[in-house]
Amino acid sequence: MADAPLKTPSRPLSPHLQVYRWPLGMAMSILHRISGSALAVGTLMVVWMLLAAATGPEAWATFQNFCVSLWGQLMLFGWTAALFYHLCNGIRHLFWDMGFLFAVRDANRAGWVVLIAAALMTAALWCAACPGMGE
Amino acid sequence: MTHSKKNALKNELQSDLGRARGLGASHHGVGHWWHERVTSIVNVPLMLWLAWSVVKMPGWSHAEFSAWLASPVNATLMVVAVISVFYHAALGCQVIAEDYLHVGWMRRAKVLLLQLFFGVTAVLCIVSILKIAL
Repeated sequence: MADAPLKTPSRPLSPHLQVYRWPLGMAMSILHRISGSALAVGTLMVVWMLLAAATGPEAWATFQNFCVSLWGQLMLFGWTAALFYHLCNGIRHLFWDMGFLFAVRDANRAGWVVLIAAALMTAALWCAACPGMGE
Repeated sequence: MTHSKKNALKNELQSDLGRARGLGASHHGVGHWWHERVTSIVNVPLMLWLAWSVVKMPGWSHAEFSAWLASPVNATLMVVAVISVFYHAALGCQVIAEDYLHVGWMRRAKVLLLQLFFGVTAVLCIVSILKIAL
């Protein structure tokens, strides 16, 4: 019997990701990982900035031209949004690590606080910093 | 009472070896988790400081940015931020690699490459900061 091939009977599968609607916690959980990955790629921008500044005015001008271009602005906006989201949601995670906010109601409320805070911080940064860029 | 007998009473189906296997003896198992938390707490004020600095930057010419970075306080905070953020990024990317890569050597290679990448780029950042600040 040991040599008999394993047969896979056609049993119903247990429900997986695609059958659920997306509750807030699920969406925010994967968004935390996505924003973290984006920020990990965004470290390259920090490397470029510091390297360009250390290299000289010409290298800095190349970096700056990219930053003020349409693509540069879009990427910077995405990275600041990802940064503030990851920062705020990271604090929500730290509360969980300390044993708070486990009730669904509290977790969802904290989730909305995170989303609103991240949006406000991103908007505040761009409203305050935009006029100075590229000068 | 012998150890195995005590164990047998507590969990009848699991042997001592079964219990010990995979747990490791180094007691470093929570190190990764703990470092991720500590760096996250350090990152919060540093990133808020960086965002605030971006807003308050007098201008974005090479001279103005270099002058800002040359201040000892700014250079120090920037070096600390690079170390904490890049280390946090390496730890986070390691978790993602371990979750999605299931072939042993591929996972190990990916984790090593990530550590090498963030290690080298962090050094590049620090050398650049020091070149401007010193």
